[in-house]
Amino acid sequence: SSHEHKLNFKKSKEVCLSYIQDAMLQKQWKRAAEFLTFYTESLEKDFSTQYMGPSEMIWRIGTEILCHHSHSSMKEFNSFTEQMKTLGVKRYLKVCLEHAFHLLCNGLIDEAYQNLSLAESWRFGEQTAIQDKEMKLIQAYRGLLDYYSWSKQKTILLEHGQDGFEDLSVEQEMHSCFRKAAVNLKEIIKIPGVWDLFVKCYVDLLEFYGDHNEARQVLNEYAYNSKFPANPNAHVYLYQFLKRHGESKKSLISALKILHDIAPSHELMIDFNTMLQKSKKRKKRRLGLEVIFAALDYAGWKENVKAWSCLARQVKQIVISEKHLDWIKQEWNSRKDWWPAFHFSRYLAKRNWQENESLSYEKAVVAGILLGKDCKYFKYVSHQGCKAQVKRFRTLKKFVNKHNPVYLRISG
Amino acid sequence: RDFNERCAQCSEVNWGLTDGGRFYCRSCHNVTERTREVVNTDFISNARIQTISKGLRKQEKTDGGCEWYVCEGFQLVLKKQAEALEALGVCPQMKDEILCNFWRRYLQKSKQAYCNRPAGETVKALSVCDSSTDVDSEPERPSLLHLSLSESEGDLQTDCSFASSTSRVSESTSVCSGSVDGSLYLMKNQREKLRMTMPMTLSFCYMALLWLREPMTLSDLLRFVVEGHIPYLNVFQHFPEKMKLCGLDLKIFCVESWPVYEEVYNKMLELAAFLDLPRFPDITDSCFLHPDMLCMKYLMEANLPDELHNWTCRVVKKICIGEADFLTLVPGNKSTRNVKYDVLAAAVIVVVLKLLFLLDDHYEWLLSDFAEESNKNNKEGGPYFEFKKWYKVIKCSLDVEQKKLDEERAKYLWRCEKPLFYSAKKKSKVLKRRQMVVNLQNQFGKLSGSVQPAEKPKPSSFQLSWSEENTDGSCFHGHSLKGILQEKCGLLTAMNPAYWLCTVKLCTEKLCGHLAHYREVDFPQSYHFVLRLFSFILRIQPSYIHDEVCVIEHKLFNKKLYKKSKYNTGLRK
Repeated sequence: SSHEHKLNFKKSKEVCLSYIQDAMLQKQWKRAAEFLTFYTESLEKDFSTQYMGPSEMIWRIGTEILCHHSHSSMKEFNSFTEQMKTLGVKRYLKVCLEHAFHLLCNGLIDEAYQNLSLAESWRFGEQTAIQDKEMKLIQAYRGLLDYYSWSKQKTILLEHGQDGFEDLSVEQEMHSCFRKAAVNLKEIIKIPGVWDLFVKCYVDLLEFYGDHNEARQVLNEYAYNSKFPANPNAHVYLYQFLKRHGESKKSLISALKILHDIAPSHELMIDFNTMLQKSKKRKKRRLGLEVIFAALDYAGWKENVKAWSCLARQVKQIVISEKHLDWIKQEWNSRKDWWPAFHFSRYLAKRNWQENESLSYEKAVVAGILLGKDCKYFKYVSHQGCKAQVKRFRTLKKFVNKHNPVYLRISG
Repeated sequence: RDFNERCAQCSEVNWGLTDGGRFYCRSCHNVTERTREVVNTDFISNARIQTISKGLRKQEKTDGGCEWYVCEGFQLVLKKQAEALEALGVCPQMKDEILCNFWRRYLQKSKQAYCNRPAGETVKALSVCDSSTDVDSEPERPSLLHLSLSESEGDLQTDCSFASSTSRVSESTSVCSGSVDGSLYLMKNQREKLRMTMPMTLSFCYMALLWLREPMTLSDLLRFVVEGHIPYLNVFQHFPEKMKLCGLDLKIFCVESWPVYEEVYNKMLELAAFLDLPRFPDITDSCFLHPDMLCMKYLMEANLPDELHNWTCRVVKKICIGEADFLTLVPGNKSTRNVKYDVLAAAVIVVVLKLLFLLDDHYEWLLSDFAEESNKNNKEGGPYFEFKKWYKVIKCSLDVEQKKLDEERAKYLWRCEKPLFYSAKKKSKVLKRRQMVVNLQNQFGKLSGSVQPAEKPKPSSFQLSWSEENTDGSCFHGHSLKGILQEKCGLLTAMNPAYWLCTVKLCTEKLCGHLAHYREVDFPQSYHFVLRLFSFILRIQPSYIHDEVCVIEHKLFNKKLYKKSKYNTGLRK
């Protein structure tokens, strides 16, 4: 801090704010609270045209402190937030929304619901129109909570159903929740954005009531409408829906295609590759190879046995058929400089062998084909495997020896 | 009052009062030594009570407010400040006589009271009646500001019509300000020069203190203000209920910054000249404000050896800044540079330190090591002063105190219970906000943990204190300088043969406002440290002290500078 001996109101509050920030960064909540008490009087001079004025500062900082301070309670938090709501009408709905989030995070679902309902009924001249976005969000979250109620009632009904009880009132309430939820959820997902949770819930509702067409349309919109941001989950939801409804492989594959483009390391790539390998179309099989190679570029897949077995199977099959070796060559071209160190080091050979025999087996298959029988990985693993008298390793050794020239053609 | 003696010179009984509070004969202008005993020592804060009883003041407004003029407000402020100063130990004469007379004179000079109607201005008579009144024909018309003088007092109180100039004071002004003349007051085009402001109240106080040669420097005064011992921030709280503040009054009476030394000081000079004051009472070497005395105080506060006092006195004597003619304020005299006593004393000490220790980030540490060595062998007598030890002790304390001060700055509360609003419309909003602030303060105050209620520290003249009773050796007052001095021709002189000037040439104050320009990076860290220490004690920027150091150096080495001899080793700009 500068040793300035001049001081005015504005500077004094700026300095105070920096003390608050320091304390918060160091998680000294008592100290932050202490300085906040001195900062609050800046509300009495809130003529600022700054982006974030004192009232917003106090709201945000106060919330943080009350969240973390050991002595603060939900009651205090509520009372504080209510005061903040009166501070700035331009921020009213935002504060309500965040209040609701906080209540939800603390498991106070009913209170959150009440808050959201109250906020929904708020009207304030032209502010209502200006804060339209926040209002939509409030309605959406209320819809979400309606879904949650619906879900609970559905569970009760199903249990009762099993026990042979019938509960008309619960059922009616359930349907009413459905209606309320559906209206709001439908509205929010119209707006371009990321609404994963809302979409899932809405689709769940639609499926339960048998409106599959609507569900499919919603999912298609969500996945393919270019106005919406690219979202891997959208494609995942669509794929899952199609799979649930026994759609053809063709449509399943087309659903996963874009997922591969935007998230090549997604876990569904295994399913994708499996489907593609089995396809009769050459293009599809070619794509399958590309998909599985791409997935294994990622560190998270290094020890995934399933993935390696997919790759191993496909590569083996190509080698045996002696057709399309150029596919392997193409894929291997961009990888031959770094995959050996990334996947097939001697260290990894030892580790894989010790920790996971199947993993080492599948990897050895691939290594043997791509790098030849003299590569470190293959040599070590196959040697160990034969020593341990595991049958498949012996088979593997023979296989690789037989097809060794292939390696030369690939690498050349 | 009631001074009925005959004049020694002309035997008449026709007395008036000088500004100094002495009686003088109006016939022959013989000034006596008799000073008036002040009978009624109160500033009458609510002169309105007087006037209302005579039925001359306008009726109270519906909101319970009354008419009041801006300078009534300031008068109240000054009264409160004077009372506070008295509580701090300043002699009562300050409040009862000096300040009071200064203020009265100010009002007279600025034509706000006690004067003839200035020609050419339409005057609204103070006492508003429905019928127009003839200003001159009512001898018993009371002055609004009835300062302990009875109504028929002599010529100092001629016509006391209140010169609220230009337009009528109408109902509409009450919308813009609670005071009658608030809006007029802020108009740029002011007939009366030297419009009164809040910082100027402190100038008045300081001027009065200086006149009485009270042991309080300007930096002390300002520090007491910041610490809350002297009303300044939110002083309007003490206005009576009926004096409503709103609108433009806020601009006049609400303070939103700490008073600045330079501003208060310069205004004081302006004021002294404006009031046509004579030469102030002499500052002699027995005065607190004399450099010899102040140096002693600051040396103690800076925890430096008492022996350094000899050196400061030598410097003071050599450059003749101990002379009464140099130190005493002569208002309006532009040829002499006016003296800031506290800054001057601090600067003298800095120069002495430079003389003895050089402070070039090198030599002082060498000397310190040398003294340390000597101390090992020095068993009898007091210890020798070691710069290094002193530096450690001071740095530690200074850092702690500075940190405290910085936190205090952050925690400074500007608002008070009495709410202010610009207009009646905003009143409810302001009150609501205030309530919310109080609620929030309570809520988060509880979460602050064990925070002690902020007690105002007792006012003290010293901010740092060191006691020789401390056994940890952290007090250096009694240390000897022998370790850094040598004997030459029977005299003790500094071992240090060199000196570096802070600046080769002084700037022209008129052009850039300063005599020198201080940048921390351009100077040795030890020098900066010493400046920082005094900057903390006086609560002013290091550059002010640096300026003064430059001036002293130029006086001290005047001959050598013009000779351009090889003594100018290590010159820096």
